[in-house]
Amino acid sequence: MTSVTTAPAPAPRDDVVEDTGARRHALTVAGLCFLAGVAAIVLFGLTATSDQVSTLLMNPRGVDTIPDVELPTQIAAFVLGFGAIALGVRALQVVDPKITVFFGGALGLFALALVIWAARDGTGAFYGLIAGSVQRATPIALGAIAGLLCERTGVINIAIEGMMLAAAFGAAITASATGSLWIGLLCGVLTGALFGAIHAVISIRYEVDQIVGGTFINIFALGLTSYLTVRVLVEYSDLNQPGTFRPFEIPLLVDIPFLGPLLFSQNVFGFVMFGLVAFLAWALFNTRWGLRVRSVGEHPRAADTVGISVRFIRYRNVILGGMVAGIGGAWFTLGSAGRFDQNMTNGKGFIALAAMIFGRWHPVGALIAALIFGFSEQLNDYLALLDTPIPSEFLLMAPYVVTIVVVAGLVGRPRVPAANGQVYRSGG
Amino acid sequence: MTAPPTEAPEALPSDADDPLAGAPHERRPGVVGALRELALGLIGPLLAILTALIVGALIIVFTDPTTLEAWGSFFSAPGTALADSWDLIATSYRALFDSSLGSQRALARTLVQSTPLILVGLSVALAFKAGMFNIGGAGQLIVGAMAAAWIGITFDLPQVVHLPLALVAGVIGGAVWGGIVGFLKARTGAHEVITSIMLNFVALRLLDYALSTDTFRRPGRSDPISPEMPASVRLPEPIDSFQVHLGFVIALLVAWGAWWLLQRTTIGFRMRAVGANAKAARYAGMGVAATTVLSMGIAGGLAGLGGTTILLGSTPRLTGGFFASVGFDAIALALLGRASPIGVVGAGLLFGALQAGSTGMQAQTSTPIDIIFVIQALIILFVAAPAIVRTVWRVKETRLGAGQRFSAGWGAQ
Repeated sequence: MTSVTTAPAPAPRDDVVEDTGARRHALTVAGLCFLAGVAAIVLFGLTATSDQVSTLLMNPRGVDTIPDVELPTQIAAFVLGFGAIALGVRALQVVDPKITVFFGGALGLFALALVIWAARDGTGAFYGLIAGSVQRATPIALGAIAGLLCERTGVINIAIEGMMLAAAFGAAITASATGSLWIGLLCGVLTGALFGAIHAVISIRYEVDQIVGGTFINIFALGLTSYLTVRVLVEYSDLNQPGTFRPFEIPLLVDIPFLGPLLFSQNVFGFVMFGLVAFLAWALFNTRWGLRVRSVGEHPRAADTVGISVRFIRYRNVILGGMVAGIGGAWFTLGSAGRFDQNMTNGKGFIALAAMIFGRWHPVGALIAALIFGFSEQLNDYLALLDTPIPSEFLLMAPYVVTIVVVAGLVGRPRVPAANGQVYRSGG
Repeated sequence: MTAPPTEAPEALPSDADDPLAGAPHERRPGVVGALRELALGLIGPLLAILTALIVGALIIVFTDPTTLEAWGSFFSAPGTALADSWDLIATSYRALFDSSLGSQRALARTLVQSTPLILVGLSVALAFKAGMFNIGGAGQLIVGAMAAAWIGITFDLPQVVHLPLALVAGVIGGAVWGGIVGFLKARTGAHEVITSIMLNFVALRLLDYALSTDTFRRPGRSDPISPEMPASVRLPEPIDSFQVHLGFVIALLVAWGAWWLLQRTTIGFRMRAVGANAKAARYAGMGVAATTVLSMGIAGGLAGLGGTTILLGSTPRLTGGFFASVGFDAIALALLGRASPIGVVGAGLLFGALQAGSTGMQAQTSTPIDIIFVIQALIILFVAAPAIVRTVWRVKETRLGAGQRFSAGWGAQ
């Protein structure tokens, strides 16, 4: 491509940088790890006393497969802090330390130290914290998958929020009217597909700027669902009582300590989410469908030249993305709240967008990002229960700040589908 | 990062889409010609508004239970269904009109409502001109208003000092928040849409946090509301019987200032050049990075000022939701006004009227206020996709212009 020479120099690939660049990168990674370690030691280790003990509950309510963990708070904080510092030292020794592995690990140790420290002289519901994180991650991960299905074909989707909100509404109202949660879920998926189709038509057929189109869908969905809530649901409140899906257990697997109840006792949304992540992680990179999707997103002209219909692939994937967003939307009404409220997605669609970027347009990355964001939300509840004086607002800010840091390339520049946001006209 | 290869090289900024600027280097139409240009330029937006109102009317009709019943017996009594529908639309839109323009009080409400819309709309428009999509107006106006509120609460000064100080603080607060976006884009290539969406939420949480601290919270209360702004920072109402505060005048002056900046100054020329073709601007020796930061800083400052006029004008307390939906409305009206300052003023007045009117409409006819957001969203769509409007109205002319592109993909720089 001719434009490569005129484009501003991209962040150097790690394999071609000179020594100084690699050295500086290693030093940055190590420095960040040291910072996390020192912070854990100073904030949690030194403020705890040697006789304090933290108790962490490791089982869901009513189950008693593994014993609860009792830890001396101060020693645990010191060990975790020095662990983070050790990671930093290790980062100086290896070639090209991955910032996600080393700094991510150090941050994880810091978070664990915080969780233990908050439970000093008390009992922390550790299982509840992790299970709640998975719960909260479910719609975020589904939204992120919806986004990446679109963006892998080169169609920007900032309308995840609107699609989820519309689907939440559609699912609630049909489930209430028919009395069947499954029909509600189906209608949620169809609502998502409809909004996906709208997005596809305005961005592919009418070539509207995809960000403007997404903004339209977000405002339209918010306005329409709020209008219909006041107009219809307030008067006919029996149309807003869909109920929720009960969790069900997978026999045998559910008996695995800790992970069993965490992963194998969920409602349909959790299973669908994990299933989709696994399937897409395989299908995007190992099937003909996946290759076509990625080729259309990276180089539509080349795809067109070998006979792939760029428009067809884009239409199909944007609608598929809408359907996945529809499942994510139905989670709000049929998987969690059991009723529809105005603007009930409340920015989750944008967090999903952030998770997609943080996960670098990869299903597994998106899931990990969603779990981290879910954790930062759930940690808020955990700390509030333990009466820890950390303003919850700052924890809730974390996903957004992390995303800014990621897109700014401070932890390695994300690889964006090259044709993202570009209109394609064949033969043009 | 690869740059979009399919785009044809764009021309340097042309004034063709700006009716105020004229087009001296192309042809010199007389007054009649200029008016003709203006009228033709208005057709697109007007048809978009009309189409949106019609779709809105259809939504109102087909979600009203009694009217739906009439349609249920359409074949036995077609007249009733049509008459009922017409009645419903007529009374709704009549109430909308009455409560926005029908009386002096209604007009005052409209002008007050449109003040922040115009200012934040100018912010979005200015960023458009510089080639950026500022979706972060919400965050910028929150931070601006927080800065102004801090000045208002903390200091005790005479009005001649206090009010200007609060306004300047609002501008600076917004400018910092917008400047971060510009800086990140210029320095690292981070896409402004992503960073500004994220900064919106950060600002929202920051506001929640501020309202839980003793600095901002009303003394002796635990709910997240600030004390009322003291009279010395409130925007005065220059005319006794007409409840429009000074903010509206400021908004008009700022709109003129934005036009002057864009069309009559070197900085403005650089902004438009970078917006039209950043590569060409760089080749011509312009500082693209500095211009990007400056543009987003100015845009943020305008949004901050917009937030400040809400705080010091109509709702003199900082709350968790004082800003309503101004940040997103501003995007719609900047599109409608085709990112020109005069267009933004017009669109701002229209949206102000819609919002002032919708309150009255809800009170009088039980048509929920939220229909306005549906209509606004449709206006965005129809302005951005003139082809849809052309299809609906069978307008053959290409006069309505092509859809505008405001931003490139996430990765493009």
